[in-house]
Amino acid sequence: MNWIDTIVQGVLLGGLYALFASGLSLVFGIMRLVNLAHGDLIVLGAYLILLIVSLLGLSPFVAAMVALPLMFALGYGLQKFVLNRVLGEDILPPLLVTFGISIVVQNALLQGASADTQRLPAGDIGVASLNLGIVNIGVLPLLTFGSAVGVILILNHVFYRTALGRAFRATSDDATTASLMGIRPRAVFAQATGIAMMIVTIAALYLGLRASFDPAVGPARLIYAFEAVIIGGLGSLWGTLAGGVIIGLAQTIGAAINPEWQILAGHVAFLLVLLVKPRGLFPRAFD
Amino acid sequence: MNTPASRTPYRVETRTRTSSIAGFTAIAVVVLLVVLPAFASRSLIQDLFFILTMLTLAQFWNLLAGYGGLVSVGQQAFVGIGAYALFSTVILWGLDPVPAILLGGLAALVLAVPFGFFAFRLQGAYFAIGTWVLAEVARLVVAQWKAVGGGTGTSLPRSATESIIFTSEIATLFGVRASAARDILAYWLALVLAIVAIGGIYWLLRSKRGLALAAVRDNPQAARSVGVDAQRVKWFVFLVAALGTGLTGALIYMQKARISPDAAFSLNDWTAYVIFIVVIGGIGTIEGPIVGVLVFFALQALLAQYGAWYLMVLGVIGIGVMLLAPRGLWGSFSDRTGIQLFPIRRRLVVGALTPKTPSREE
Repeated sequence: MNWIDTIVQGVLLGGLYALFASGLSLVFGIMRLVNLAHGDLIVLGAYLILLIVSLLGLSPFVAAMVALPLMFALGYGLQKFVLNRVLGEDILPPLLVTFGISIVVQNALLQGASADTQRLPAGDIGVASLNLGIVNIGVLPLLTFGSAVGVILILNHVFYRTALGRAFRATSDDATTASLMGIRPRAVFAQATGIAMMIVTIAALYLGLRASFDPAVGPARLIYAFEAVIIGGLGSLWGTLAGGVIIGLAQTIGAAINPEWQILAGHVAFLLVLLVKPRGLFPRAFD
Repeated sequence: MNTPASRTPYRVETRTRTSSIAGFTAIAVVVLLVVLPAFASRSLIQDLFFILTMLTLAQFWNLLAGYGGLVSVGQQAFVGIGAYALFSTVILWGLDPVPAILLGGLAALVLAVPFGFFAFRLQGAYFAIGTWVLAEVARLVVAQWKAVGGGTGTSLPRSATESIIFTSEIATLFGVRASAARDILAYWLALVLAIVAIGGIYWLLRSKRGLALAAVRDNPQAARSVGVDAQRVKWFVFLVAALGTGLTGALIYMQKARISPDAAFSLNDWTAYVIFIVVIGGIGTIEGPIVGVLVFFALQALLAQYGAWYLMVLGVIGIGVMLLAPRGLWGSFSDRTGIQLFPIRRRLVVGALTPKTPSREE
């Protein structure tokens, strides 16, 4: 068994999980909303990209560009018309509504696209790899990891260098005071969910390129995303990347020992971190 | 008239006239349900078994989320563990399935201790996904357990299902085949479990502990200031719900007699449906799950043939209820009419101002 290879693959897989997790982390950070439909929305994004690919004959990467504004609109509308109505002190209504959305999206996909597994056509890039002597690195996993780093860089830039980011942080700290300063929290929430859906689209692109998917795979993606967020510590996007890498590493090492242990190993790593550092490795937010 | 009320001008009451009527009606319904197997068809008994077990699961989830404020999406873990405890003790130790149900509940209770240890490290909404992760861990671990069939699952051996205690007596009593007698036995056990669950939760909520529970849910700081240990109350509710859910899971799979990790730890079957039942009926009320399970069953009878559409409709109704009537069907009805069949609110009755106390009229 090539341990270096296993570790490199694990780290790169972590990039995919960090992409799953960034949208979840963003929404939670700003409005304390845990979207139980997050995984199913990733799968919905993958189907949307697939639809655009097959309708317009585009490459998946171009199709994802087309899907980005559509998914932004979906997120914006979802927040504005549904989720904003249930946000409040009580955590129960938003949880139950997003859980309902999860069930609806899953079964709508099942009805519309059948339970058959699908895959985005990756073309040459799907099999291309870089030979670095000791390890072969797939171009696609590398691209995934690079995209995760890129997304986090952009998000951090938006958060700490732009007016929109200032509005996000202000609303996150204290929505009431922010609204006194001329910020409309509800509009900010809608924009945040829209942006989260754009990250979801990027995550969906790599999900579909790297592995086959079907309507039922969403909940597991939500769980990986959640584990990455908790391991990293709430409010820290680089922590989320680290969390994704830890889950990815645990899964590939687990799978290298026994293929049946892949998923379990990821969960065990999460529980170990929860046991040792309940607030995550790099906590920033205090809630 | 020298009533006790006029001697002590203030009394705290939870009983109302409606609740007394509801109590007598409930007793009548229970008596009817007990004797039902004498003249009901086997399929009706099976339907009622399904309704009663779902109702019990819903009552325990409602206790957790509606009264305890602990939104768990991982209760399928306890259904699965209860069921697997039953299967393993029957298959490996040759135990009779009926006492094995109790071991199922016990196993769920024991498992709930490490579960709670991890889950209570997560706050609020993260608690929900945390319980889900734990349920996944339980499913994956059980799938590695080859003695009970690993990932593909197993069936109860015929020797065990054919000799379940009481079934031969039930078969001769009603003059039915052994398989129908098993259904009747499972139905009666489900009835007992549902009554104990509803009665127990009602009693709990009316007790001092119930008051502490409501206080913690409504305002943890204020509850703490009057000496309520929030963590202890939450642990108590979590363990009670795990025990009840484990017993129900064991009973459900005794009746099914076939198990697999994916079915026994199914999020849809044992948690999603249960959440919809509670939300549609009315969260935070004892009547809610009863109303919800009836609506759920009716919807299933109408729509189950449409497969995915059925779950979509259920999801949309759940979202709609949360948006438009967050207190559910029963909650909205109760808000408008003031009717409560299982009142837990304590009312101060001032004897001097109301010489004819309502409770005297029963």
